Amino acid sequence: MDDFYRDYILDHYRSPRNFGTLEHPDASAEDLNPLCGDQIKMELKVDDGVITDVRFSGKGCAISQASASMLTESIKGMKLEDAARLDKEAVLENVGIGISPTRMKCAMLGLRVLKSAAIGEIAGWPDEE
Amino acid sequence: MRAVAPVDRFTAIRSDFPILTRPTSRGKRLVYLDSAATSQKPQAVIDALSTYYEEYNANIHRGVYEIAQRATDAFEEARVKVARFIGAQTAEVVWVRNTTEAINLVAYSWGSHNVGKGDAILLTELEHHSNLVPWQLLAQRTGAELRFIPVDDRGMHVLDDLDNLLDGCKIVAIAHVSNTLGTIAPLETIIPRAHAAGSVVLVDGAQGAAHLPLDVKVLDADFYAFSGHKMLGPTGIGVLYGKREMLEAMPPFLSGGDMIRRVEYAKTTFAAPPRKFEAGTSNIADAIGFGVAVDYLSQLGMPEVRAHEERLTAYALERLAPFEQSGLNIYGPRDAEKSSGVISFNFADIHAHDLASILDTEGVCIRAGHHCTMPLMEKMGWSATARASFYVYNTREDVDALCKGLEKAAVVFKL
Repeated sequence: MDDFYRDYILDHYRSPRNFGTLEHPDASAEDLNPLCGDQIKMELKVDDGVITDVRFSGKGCAISQASASMLTESIKGMKLEDAARLDKEAVLENVGIGISPTRMKCAMLGLRVLKSAAIGEIAGWPDEE
Repeated sequence: MRAVAPVDRFTAIRSDFPILTRPTSRGKRLVYLDSAATSQKPQAVIDALSTYYEEYNANIHRGVYEIAQRATDAFEEARVKVARFIGAQTAEVVWVRNTTEAINLVAYSWGSHNVGKGDAILLTELEHHSNLVPWQLLAQRTGAELRFIPVDDRGMHVLDDLDNLLDGCKIVAIAHVSNTLGTIAPLETIIPRAHAAGSVVLVDGAQGAAHLPLDVKVLDADFYAFSGHKMLGPTGIGVLYGKREMLEAMPPFLSGGDMIRRVEYAKTTFAAPPRKFEAGTSNIADAIGFGVAVDYLSQLGMPEVRAHEERLTAYALERLAPFEQSGLNIYGPRDAEKSSGVISFNFADIHAHDLASILDTEGVCIRAGHHCTMPLMEKMGWSATARASFYVYNTREDVDALCKGLEKAAVVFKL
């Protein structure tokens, strides 16, 4: 677990990409992990079914925040319907290192919120599908 | 003869706890600093459970055969032990699953009949969700008003406005010890003033009975709720202490078998307390195990347990102080005399969960998160804290391991 905290993870944690809010988002969702209190909000600009911009905000551990930050980088230009179908592997490939079962929810929170925004209702946990 | 230095008996007892003698999967010594969540169990408690199941498993209060009598005797003897441990009469000890169930029992049985529209329910800003949510629901059912004794930024109770807060109050429900910060509530001040104002007092003793010498008659609480698993006993067994006259006046909470005197098709008369509140087959094995846990604590002596935790907390505060230069923030009283073996903290910009994960690789178990006190976290502006909590089996070596883990975290996070 301690080798999870590689330079690029710490970099995304301390300098999250696409962090903030959008003036007039076309889709948004927010959620928290009730077990630990981590929170994430995602806002999307969507043009003709394609995600043209994204911002996220929230607070939480390095795993939840870095996972969400990396996720936002990978979805610009993606079709909304494709974003709605992303699975946990998409996140795990991004973070590039094994996540222990006790921290899997942290890594999945951002994706869950993104999928909720994409489908317009609360999505399930990607690691339970 | 040469004088021999007395061996600290608390150092020697670690071997009574089988789990603490097993190395972690990474081959580390298990450093268990999460006793505020649940405590480890000594061999004697574990043995009591298997002995019951292997030698005299039978239902209680009804069988006429030998093992049924033995089970009934052991179950009731455990009640006597726990009653003696807290200074109560035996009939004042009601078995429940845990502290949460005990508080719910009072909120429903006593609360629904004694709290009405316009009455006040007084809590504190420190309460665990288990001593908040049942009262929110009672307030919603009855139209009563919830009030809160404030705490300062160190988590100490502020009693300046207590008289106003108590005006029109029917019940004060207050944690003996804060599970998040370790603050010991000034019950000796609050309880007499609550009574003088005509209010009943319930103490959430989940973090109290396990750590502090307790005499409920001296404390003069009307109700005192606590759990076995936080004080070396099994999970699934807890106690509601209630003053005899309070319990006698209260209607049953759950109903069914074992809590009746006479049942007719149309009506029922109920057994006297405590049985009136123990519907259905009780958690026999775990009650017996709880009795053994209480024996263990009594042999150590609760004043000695308290002194041990106070020494350990003082040592931990001293050892942690140098880390403040690297961004360690210690919350709560920061005074071993005013807290009960709990230290809540954050380390620079390392989130508490990440810190707990890194410490885990060193065999050090701490809690991270909101500790089931979300309103307190919100008020203090903390999204999460790390929490180390101590009990009888912890030693200075455990504190040293915590510090070593913090050093490792500082390296991993490049502080």
